[in-house]
Formats: sequence, C-alpha cells, structure tokens
Amino acid sequence: MLDCGLDMTSTLNFLPLPLVQSPRLSNLPGWSLKDGSAFLDKELKECSGHVFVDSVPEFCLPETELIDLSTVDVILISNYHCMMALPYITEHTGFTGTVYATEPTVQIGRLLMEELVNFIERVPKAQSASLWKNKDIQRLLPSPLKDAVEVSTWRRCYTMQEVNSALSKIQLVGYSQKIELFGAVQVTPLSSGYALGSSNWIIQSHYEKVSYVSGSSLLTTHPQPMDQASLKNSDVLILTGLTQIPTANPDGMVGEFCSNLALTVRNGGNVLVPCYPSGVIYDLLECLYQYIDSAGLSNIPFYFISPVANSSLEFSQIFAEWLCHNKQTKVYLPEPPFPHAELIQTNKLKHYPSLHGDFSSDFRQPCVVFTGHPSLRFGDVVHFMELWGKSSLNTVIFTEPDFSYLEALAPYQPLAMKCIYCPIDTRLNFIQVSKLLKEVQPLHVVCPEQYTQPPPAQSHRMDLMIDCQPPAMSYRRAEVLALPFKRRYEKIEIMPELADALVPMEIKPGISLATVSAVLHTKDNKHVLQPPPRPAQPSGGKKRKRASEDIPDCKVLKPLLSGSIPVEQFVQTLEKHGFSDIKVEDTAKGHIVLLQEAETLIQIEEDSTHIICDNDEMLRVRLRDLVLKFLQKF
Amino acid sequence: CGRGSAPRSMPEIRVTPLGAGQDVGRSCILVSIAGKNVMLDCGMHMGFSDDRRFPDFSYITRNGRLTDFLDCVIISHFHLDHCGALPYFSEMVGYDGPIYMTHPTQAICPILLEDYRKIAVDKKGEANFFTSQMIKDCMKKVVAVHLHQTVQVDDELEIKAYYAGHVLGAAMFQIKVGSESVVYTGDYNMTPDRHLGAAWIDKCRPNLLITESTYATTIRDSKRCRERDFLKKVHEAVERGGKVLIPVFALGRAQELCILLETFWERMNLKAPIYFSTGLTEKANHYYKLFITWTNQKIRKTFVQRNMFEFKHIKAFDRAFADNPGPMVVFATPGMLHAGQSLQIFRKWAGNEKNMVIMPGYCVQGTVGHKILSGQRKLEMEGRQVLEVKMQVEYMSFSAHADAKGIMQLVGQAEPESVLLVHGEAKKMEFLKQKIEQEL
Repeated sequence: MLDCGLDMTSTLNFLPLPLVQSPRLSNLPGWSLKDGSAFLDKELKECSGHVFVDSVPEFCLPETELIDLSTVDVILISNYHCMMALPYITEHTGFTGTVYATEPTVQIGRLLMEELVNFIERVPKAQSASLWKNKDIQRLLPSPLKDAVEVSTWRRCYTMQEVNSALSKIQLVGYSQKIELFGAVQVTPLSSGYALGSSNWIIQSHYEKVSYVSGSSLLTTHPQPMDQASLKNSDVLILTGLTQIPTANPDGMVGEFCSNLALTVRNGGNVLVPCYPSGVIYDLLECLYQYIDSAGLSNIPFYFISPVANSSLEFSQIFAEWLCHNKQTKVYLPEPPFPHAELIQTNKLKHYPSLHGDFSSDFRQPCVVFTGHPSLRFGDVVHFMELWGKSSLNTVIFTEPDFSYLEALAPYQPLAMKCIYCPIDTRLNFIQVSKLLKEVQPLHVVCPEQYTQPPPAQSHRMDLMIDCQPPAMSYRRAEVLALPFKRRYEKIEIMPELADALVPMEIKPGISLATVSAVLHTKDNKHVLQPPPRPAQPSGGKKRKRASEDIPDCKVLKPLLSGSIPVEQFVQTLEKHGFSDIKVEDTAKGHIVLLQEAETLIQIEEDSTHIICDNDEMLRVRLRDLVLKFLQKF
Repeated sequence: CGRGSAPRSMPEIRVTPLGAGQDVGRSCILVSIAGKNVMLDCGMHMGFSDDRRFPDFSYITRNGRLTDFLDCVIISHFHLDHCGALPYFSEMVGYDGPIYMTHPTQAICPILLEDYRKIAVDKKGEANFFTSQMIKDCMKKVVAVHLHQTVQVDDELEIKAYYAGHVLGAAMFQIKVGSESVVYTGDYNMTPDRHLGAAWIDKCRPNLLITESTYATTIRDSKRCRERDFLKKVHEAVERGGKVLIPVFALGRAQELCILLETFWERMNLKAPIYFSTGLTEKANHYYKLFITWTNQKIRKTFVQRNMFEFKHIKAFDRAFADNPGPMVVFATPGMLHAGQSLQIFRKWAGNEKNMVIMPGYCVQGTVGHKILSGQRKLEMEGRQVLEVKMQVEYMSFSAHADAKGIMQLVGQAEPESVLLVHGEAKKMEFLKQKIEQEL
C-alpha cells in the first residue's frame, strides 16, 4: 500500500471548536429543511448563508471497503503528511504487516498526530451529529454538504494510544536503503526534496521497476535535494502529490507573505498565520530571520503556539543528515542548521504549548502568531480568529495549500480582518513534471485523473496538465487499474563449482549455450542452482537414509538437440533411403511429410517433430535417426 | 577459521593488513574482492613518531598509483588510530578516489586531525607532516553515507553502513560485489552505554567477517559494577582532598563519564569542581547535541525536555586551575597520556600520593599511559628528566569495544562463513579463535 493519507477537508463542513466558549458561535441559528421541519436544527447551524454541522469534527478515511486490508503486507510512507490515516488502518482493519518510513517522517508525523489529537481532545464536545448523514436527508441539504462523499465512513479523530500503537508498527529506513520484501521484490526510499525525510519509492525485481513519486520538490529549501537519477529506467512511474496551486510561484509568495506581514504590523495590527507545526514554517522563520531587521520589525514579538512547538523546533535541528548541503555544512562547524535557534535565543521568537498559561502573561500586541490548525476548525487559531476578526487592522495570511481559504473562513463571516492568500506549495508543477519525465523516461506514467486534464476552474489552461507520450494512464477513487507489465523472468544464481563445469558451445556468432544439470533450490523467493548429487552408489549394506534426506536418482542424461529441419533436403534424404510416394503438406505451424506407402506421417513444426507410425518400431527408429542428422547435439 | 556447515566454494577474497593486523594502532586493511580493491581505515599509531606511525602504503605504490589501484576507501570512525593517516595518504602519497564515512565522522574527523597535527608540528616540532590545507583538501574527497544506505561505488561494488556504537558516528561496513561480501566491523560495542546504543547488523551472511578483537580474552563484568567502582574511587580521592585526573579522548568516553559524574554529583550533592579541558571537549558536546539521533534510545527520547549533553556541574578548565588548592576532577585529552594537556597535568600531580589518575581506556605500547599501567613508577621524560609517580594509578576499562561475548554475539547476528580477527594482540586472538571454532 502506497501511503496512508487522511482527507481533512471534511472538517470544513463542521463548526469551529473554540477553546473558550464563543457566544457568537453558540448563538448561531439552527438550520431547517425547506418544508419547515426543524428536526435538524440541533445538528446544523447557519452562518452567513453557509450551513455547518455542529459536532465533533470528522475525517474522511482512505477506501477500506474495496480490499481486505489484512492482506496488505507492507505500507510505504512517502512523507509525514501522507501517514495521518495510519492509526485507522493499522488498528481497526486486521492489518498485520509492516510500515516503512524514514526517521524524520515518523518523528514529525508523530508530532502532527499528537497536535491533532490534542486540539480535538482538549475541547470535549458532547454532541456527535449523525442524522444529517442519512442519505435521504443529505441530498436535501445545501452544498457543499449535499455533495460530500462517503459521509457514512467519516470517523472521529483517533486517540494517542492508537497513534502510539500505529507508530510502533513502523520500521525505520534510510535513503537508498535496499529493503528485501520476502525475497520477492526490493523497495528503496529516495530523497524527494519536499520535506524532512520525504521519500519517493522504488519497487523492483530483477527485471521490472516501478517508481512511486509522491510529494517531490525541485526547489532548494531545507530538505535534501530530490534524487532523480535513481528513477531512471522505470517500467512504470506512479506520479502523485503535485502542487495544489500550479499557478503560484513559491518564491513570489514568500515575498508577498513578508511584505503583507510588515505592512500590517507597521500599522499597529496583528498577523495570524494558520500553519502546521513543521515544514514550511521552518522556511518562513528563516526568511523572517533575514527580513526582520531590514524591515524594522526587531521589536515585534513572534509567537509560535502549538502543543508540539518546542518539539518541532528541537527536532528540526537534529536531522542534519536529511538536510540540504548548506545546512549540513553548518552542523559540521558545529552550529544549529536552522536560524530559528538564534531567533529563540534572542527572544524574538517565543513558543508556547497553548495560549493558556505563560502565553497570556507574555502576550504583547501588535504581534505575529503562528498557530494551527490551517483548517481553522480547531486549535488555538480559532481563538485568534474570534479575537482579531473584528478589526480591519489585523491580517490573516494563509500559507498552507491544503484547504480552500474561502471555505476555511466561511464560519467566521462577516469578517473585518484582512485576508491574504499566499499559498506556498513547493511540490512539482506541470513544467517541472514534464522536465522530470523527459529526464527519467519511464515507459508508462500512471497518475490521478485530475492531472490528465486542466483544473475545472481553468479549463483553457492546457499547460496545467500532464503531457507525456504515451499518454498517462489515470486512476480515480475505487477504480482498479492493471499496470502494463508482466513478470516474466527470474534471476537464478549458479554456484561457482557448477559454473566452472559448464562448457558453452557457440551456436550462432555471439550466442553460446551450455547444458546445465542441477538441482534448483528455491528458498525465500531466491533461486540457486546447485550441483546435482552424484549418482547413487550401490548401497553396500549401508543403512537407508530417511526419506526426507533421500537424494533424487540421477538419470542418464540425454543430449539436447537444436536446429531446424529443411523440408526439401529432408525429403531428398528420405528418397535416398528408399522411401517413395512422399507427399508434403504445408500447415499453419510447419509441414507434414506423408509416407503414403508406409502409412506414416512426420509432423515438423518450429518447436517439435513427431513421427507417427503404427506399431512399426524399426521404422520409427530409422526415421528418427534420419531426423537427428539434421539437428545439432550438445 | 571456516564454518563447518554448508561448504560453498570460497570465492577469492584477499585481505592484507597494512597495519593493525595483530596490533592496536594504525588500522588499515586492504581487501580485494572479486577484482575490487577497498581500503578499510587509514589510521596512525600512537606509540611511534617515526615511519611506523603510518601504515605502509608502499605495498601498493611500488606497483603504481593509489588512485589506480583502490576503488574506494572506507573510514569506520573518527578515532585517530582509524583515520589519523588520511591526509598523509591522500595528499602526500596521493589518492583522489572516494573516501566514505558517516556524517558525524565527516564532521568530527577534520577537527581531531587538526588537533593531532598541532601537537605533532607545533609542540613536538615534527617536520614533513601534513598541513591544515591538506586536511581540508583531503576532506573534500569524502562522501558521507547514511546508516543502511546502499552506496553504489561503481556498477559492481556496493557498500552499506551499520550502527557500531563505540563512538558517535562509528559504523561497520558491508562491502559487496555480486554475491560475494565482506563485513568490516571497525571498533564496536555490543552493549548500550550511557550515551550510545549497541552495534547491530542483520543476518547478511558475508563470506568473511573482519572483526576487531581488542578485548578478545575479556568477558567483562557488568557495566554497573564498573561504574560503581569508578564513582567510589573518584569519591574517595576527592574526600581526602586529592585531585583526580581522567585522561580521555575528546569524544566518546568523555561524554559517557561526564554523564556519570554529573548525575552522581547531583545525587550526592558534592561541591568539588569538575572540569573538562576546553576547546575540543566543549565543541564535542555540541556535536553530540546536533547528532543526537546517533545516541542511545533513552537520550533520544528525552532530548526535547532535557539535553543530556548540557552539564550543570562540569565547567571548562583553565590551565591555571591545575595549581588551585583543594580537590578537583579534571577530564583532559589525550587519553593515553602521550602528549598535550593530560600529560602536563599528570606531570604536575604525579608526585602527590593523595592524587589519582584513572585510565578509562586502552593504552598502546610506548605511551606514558601504557607505562604506568604496567607498573612503571619512574618515568624518563624529555630531557632525561625522571618523573617519580606517587599518585594512585587506576585502570578502568570503559572503552567501548566488544568483549569476547560481544564478538561471539556479532558473529551470531551476521552468520559469516569465515571470521578474521584483527585489531588485537596475537596471543589473545589465538584464544578467541579457538572459541569461535568451537561454537560455530
């Protein structure tokens, strides 16, 4: 199974979970059906023309109905964002396999899960709405609720116990490590350049190679650069996790982020940056580190609030081996690779587990707050939206591309606060994809259907799709796709003493053959040719060995034949040897030579020769010897 | 010694030790496997300051250039007896091919080399030694490897690093060509200590396992007993007002013993100052903080709350402190008392029977450390001066090498067809050889 991601956009259909009771949210009017029946008004609330479910937020899981997940042997994780559904899969489906991921992926993935669980568990909500999910009711609801998919499978967040249990099933791997799976295939993670520890995967046998490219980046940010060379010679390249915002240039967005931030703060307003606790935030802090003094922001406090803020900042400094070259060089000095260490040391950046506690006494305005969750449905960000939303001095800047910012903002409308959309998505865009495909030249490309056509909102942009030859094969949810290759060959190892004994014969220039008599030993999907046991000696009264140790009898070897039989010459030879009344018939696969007098026929085909004669063994042997004259023996 | 079972016809693998065959110091082993030549480690010998301090590269150069002959060089860890000859080898003899080592080794190695160079050139006044620039040029030829990464040196030759414990960044290496393979352990440790984990390798069934055998005959008592013993001795010396000198390598045992003393001081509420010699060790602690993923499970788990390498009781040493009255504990480099600060302090304190020197590791022949451990109490120093040693001399084996039991464990893990013992003393190897032949 490739990756195990969680669709969190489902939470956009829910009301935000405030940390402290919000009169505005709790006084929203209930929503009722057009016919006036009001039984849904406890579950559904209306805010500025949008309808939200008033309940514990729920997530949309990967497809679990289509296959029996207990038959999955291995899950390969490509980056920490793509493992958020792991506890649902490993804990509740009978899965007993192994999960493979790199160390930074697991450590940061744990932090993301821990944050998620913490955000949801610290504001227990009594209500768990379910009436609206009824199919007959759902189709009466307004969009987007009406169109939400698979709502019956949506699940509440997992617990920390489930997270720990899920993570304990992960086996850590390093880039370019070759991992044998049951001897049948080898899998190898490669650096994908997108995040700390992010990987693409190669799945290969001796003769076939599938590459799984998911969430890759060619930009130089903090992670180790993408390993492209190792993707070459793939039979199939599965491509996913491209940028969600193909039209935005990440560098330009960072510039816009900084200038909007400075502008707001200079005017005395506060800046809110909804974000994940790891990833782009490291790059943003690094930009700000260079920008703060020149923009005259040295006295503005920067706050990073997350239950895992401290861990995230600390962890980022210890993964030297997974970082880009520049950062590695710093560690060799030895200095911390990320400059946020210095921001913390000089008190410019402060981090808190939540807005309760120390933060409330340190809090000064105007300020910049980085906090989660980017969906604006839970986490400390909900509080800041409520607190700062009413003033047009303040700005919220969206940098994470996973959620539509308009949908994220919907339950906070009407809003006086400024909203800036600077999505920073460093993953591959379509120009980079076509360059990559030209470079690595896979025989076939497989990708999600969405990438094979322009985005619906920009249907004229033919450049915003994958363009390759042969055209990419596409897949969509719950569709079964057969990959275009067959496993036809296996590699067999020959033991040195057996190889020594081979006598190759050149049958064509450049092609030599040799016969091998050996015992094929197959174990863990590895095949070895071992020397055959010597012919059994007459057992001079020795005890018979047990059956399991019995050496198979070695028969006298017949020579192998090769070559083809030219029909005309064969007929001439027959005539020379006294056969007459010979007729030759052409068939689809070769010829039939009829000896009418002897009531015998000789079938000559490309890969077989049959002599069919009734009860005349002498004749058969004579004919056989004539056939053999045309063949080579070895 | 071959394994009895499953006789496979032995592919041609040739091993030529250019140093540290039946000796500890200047580790350097040449392995030829299926037409590929790999040099394992490139160390110096601490007991010599003449030609014998570096491996004998003329074995290769008399037939041509190093670069033409060698497909690659692998360095197992940053101890100078494993990498000390590297700049001499690559810049003075001349080698331009790839040199593989782990990231922490790549980070720390040049610092130790520079330190070694300073002592040799500035303090001992040796001529014709490698320069700082040569160290830099040499390090440019280094390619860093991750643990378990399969590095394709060329189309046929691949190498893979495994965790070895011993010191930060130490690795064992598998060298593989086709179906033939050799595992070289470097120095390793099969029991986790206070700051590092235990060596581990998968059942890779190499044709040949080349293992160190420093402690071939020892089956050491439990670590805990040794630690208790160590703390008791230090405590007694400090209580009677004595000064305790602990000569250490800058990186490795120093950190382990610092953690040990730090927790003991905290628990016993002791006031006597603990120092470590400045420069190297201070910097070393920083490396441990940044490469914390290479330390043991416990330290890695708790590092966000408490970084074990930030010490409260242990302060930086100043040369003038050595003459301060009253008790103190000093960690000083180098570990074998053959030069530098540890030797200076030793000379100052040796005459007083209240004082104590604790040697926490192995000392090679020819060093002051080795002399006092073998009972010598009158030492001839430079300039024919004789130093009388009245201070208490203690030896505690803290150096993280596998003991006989550990070596047997590793052999069991990897399941090699044959085992080759290096990096040890001939007599002791004979004992271990028999043991391995018995059990396998």
